[in-house]
Amino acid sequence: MTALGIPAVPPRGSGNLRGVKAFPDAAHHELANPQLRRNIGKATHTIRRKRLNVTGELPDWEHLREAGAAIKTDVLNRLPELLVQLEEAVTARGGIVHWATDATEANAIVTDLIRKTGSDEVIKVKSMATQEIGLNEHLEAQGIAAYETDLAELIVQLGHDKPSHILVPAIHRNRAEIREIFLREMPDVDPDLDDNPRHLAAAARKFLRHKFMTVPVAVSGANFGIAETGTLAVVESEGNGRMCLTLPHTLITVMGIEKLLPTFRDLEVFLQLLPRSSTGERMNPYTSMWTGVTPGDGPQEFHLVLLDNGRTAALADEMGREALHCIRCSACLNVCPVYERTGGHAYGSTYPGPIGAVLSPQLAGMDDPDDPNASLPFASSLCGACYDACPVKIDIPSLLVELRHQKVEHAKFGLEAAAMKAASLAMSSSTRWTAAQKAAGLGRVLAGRKGTITSLPGPLGGWTDARDMPAPPKQTFRQWWNSDEGRTALARAREEGQNR
Amino acid sequence: MNSRDVVLGRIRSALTLAPPTEVDLPRDYRLGRTLPDTERRELLVDRLVDYKAHVHECTPAQLPTVLAEVLAERGARRIGIPAGLELSWLAEFDGEVVVDSADIPAPELGDLDGVVTASAVTCAETGTIFLDGSPDQGRRALTLVPDLHVCVVGLDDVEVGVPEALARLVPDRPITMISGPSATSDIELERVEGVHGPRTLDVVIVS
Repeated sequence: MTALGIPAVPPRGSGNLRGVKAFPDAAHHELANPQLRRNIGKATHTIRRKRLNVTGELPDWEHLREAGAAIKTDVLNRLPELLVQLEEAVTARGGIVHWATDATEANAIVTDLIRKTGSDEVIKVKSMATQEIGLNEHLEAQGIAAYETDLAELIVQLGHDKPSHILVPAIHRNRAEIREIFLREMPDVDPDLDDNPRHLAAAARKFLRHKFMTVPVAVSGANFGIAETGTLAVVESEGNGRMCLTLPHTLITVMGIEKLLPTFRDLEVFLQLLPRSSTGERMNPYTSMWTGVTPGDGPQEFHLVLLDNGRTAALADEMGREALHCIRCSACLNVCPVYERTGGHAYGSTYPGPIGAVLSPQLAGMDDPDDPNASLPFASSLCGACYDACPVKIDIPSLLVELRHQKVEHAKFGLEAAAMKAASLAMSSSTRWTAAQKAAGLGRVLAGRKGTITSLPGPLGGWTDARDMPAPPKQTFRQWWNSDEGRTALARAREEGQNR
Repeated sequence: MNSRDVVLGRIRSALTLAPPTEVDLPRDYRLGRTLPDTERRELLVDRLVDYKAHVHECTPAQLPTVLAEVLAERGARRIGIPAGLELSWLAEFDGEVVVDSADIPAPELGDLDGVVTASAVTCAETGTIFLDGSPDQGRRALTLVPDLHVCVVGLDDVEVGVPEALARLVPDRPITMISGPSATSDIELERVEGVHGPRTLDVVIVS
């Protein structure tokens, strides 16, 4: 609230939520990589098929989706009281709760907590929240080595690369590339390592085993935080999560404030929705749940960092807040015809695909028409496949349209607005419209003899970057109608009609 | 103002600017399902095999024999058990049994050939075994660090679906849900079993 008691719109978030290029430019680069397109295509189609198999086998799948959506709406409605309830429950069980307004503050809190343990190393469980705040980069600058322990995240980290998919972040790399990365970057790796995925996974196991056993502090995210009991949950496949959540003395968990569920019972919905939507399995291999500190079992010091970073800004938008229902399953990526071709890098943000196209502008804003995030709502054909696939029924196409509307509203003085204004002026008077059409005929000069325009001048060039434009016709229909040729043709047609 | 007050203040502002949407919570999905013993067991076996777990079935009287056979088959000579495990289960095992305690450092658990534990509850539909840190299941490190986990599941503790299984848990215990051995599909989406957790999971269903 402001001093006058009028509620202020909460500030947007910071961190890895914005690319450097607009989506079409970034996509142009990615589309030129055939290896990436093959890998992404194979991955999305495989997971898509598996998802349909396991969701189809549950006769109450639609009821589960409805319950999931309703629970998430309820969470946002009651967010302040539920967060306080979570804080009380975690504290009562020996955990310590911290609050971070943005990425910078969250990074500072985590760094400080690691420093206090005396360690200059930390092991990490795959987490979207810590990627969003750029924790690894921050820790590196502070002289703390962060080891990603999920195999794909390790490949991305060792390759000095960026994740391209929420679930399988290294899917843009093939086995030969991964072998090269391991040989180049992994300490003490066997120089005879081949590119068999089994052997590559074994190399990672050996490298990380030592870290699991010796590094005294771990950082994780959370899939769910239960307000009623203070229980946190991490779902995973490899066992690296269990290692990080069990063996170190200190555990630091960074959780977005929207990841709450009101009651333990609500897991009965989400533990059915998430694995089936995400990996297409009936259940993921491992799920860990912990409540504060358990004497003699697991970390004896537990910190929970609750992260805002633009989530409250999204919450202040009646439509946009629906994006906060997201449980990061990545089903929308796998069914998206745009994502399937461009991959995740083109979106620039930690969150790619359809949900990223709504979440990134919601969390980090669209500051001006040239903001790369302002291009994301247009990175969609609005086919609606993402809405059908979403386990919590986020109406992504409607959110995209709403964001397009907001972008145009914000860009009142931009080129697009000027063009629309000019069109409206021309179309509202028949004299002006005729004049405008005559002027368009001049476009034939650009086309030359071949009859197509391959490069439009100035800002219109974007249209012809990826396609040719037919030359405008010699005359418009209205010009033809009023010509001698038109009149003769009409008279003939009339005669034919009468003689029939 | 501290960050806690700032964040809570922002949430209240947001909910004033865009008021909450009324919502009913429909729980129309399947709840309280039951199935006869045979069907529950068949469903569970089907799901466990699908996840590449090794499945064995026996009566309570046969359990010591079956456990000894499974451990012999895996070449396990030195195994760990949680302090509260029924010792008679290992009556026919002729190797070394190490009873776990909190003062054994976790890396030393890696020297064990395997571990034998009981389980809290199991969900047949997903093939998921729940461990909750009870005395017959032990601390989490015990079932994580060794490369072989032999887990005993009583058919009475097998529920049909996820809601039925979760309802039997005590939330504030450390809970581990296990559906097959650890696995990754991170390289070209090719499934590789056994990354960081136990690479072999043997499940003995007792009924």
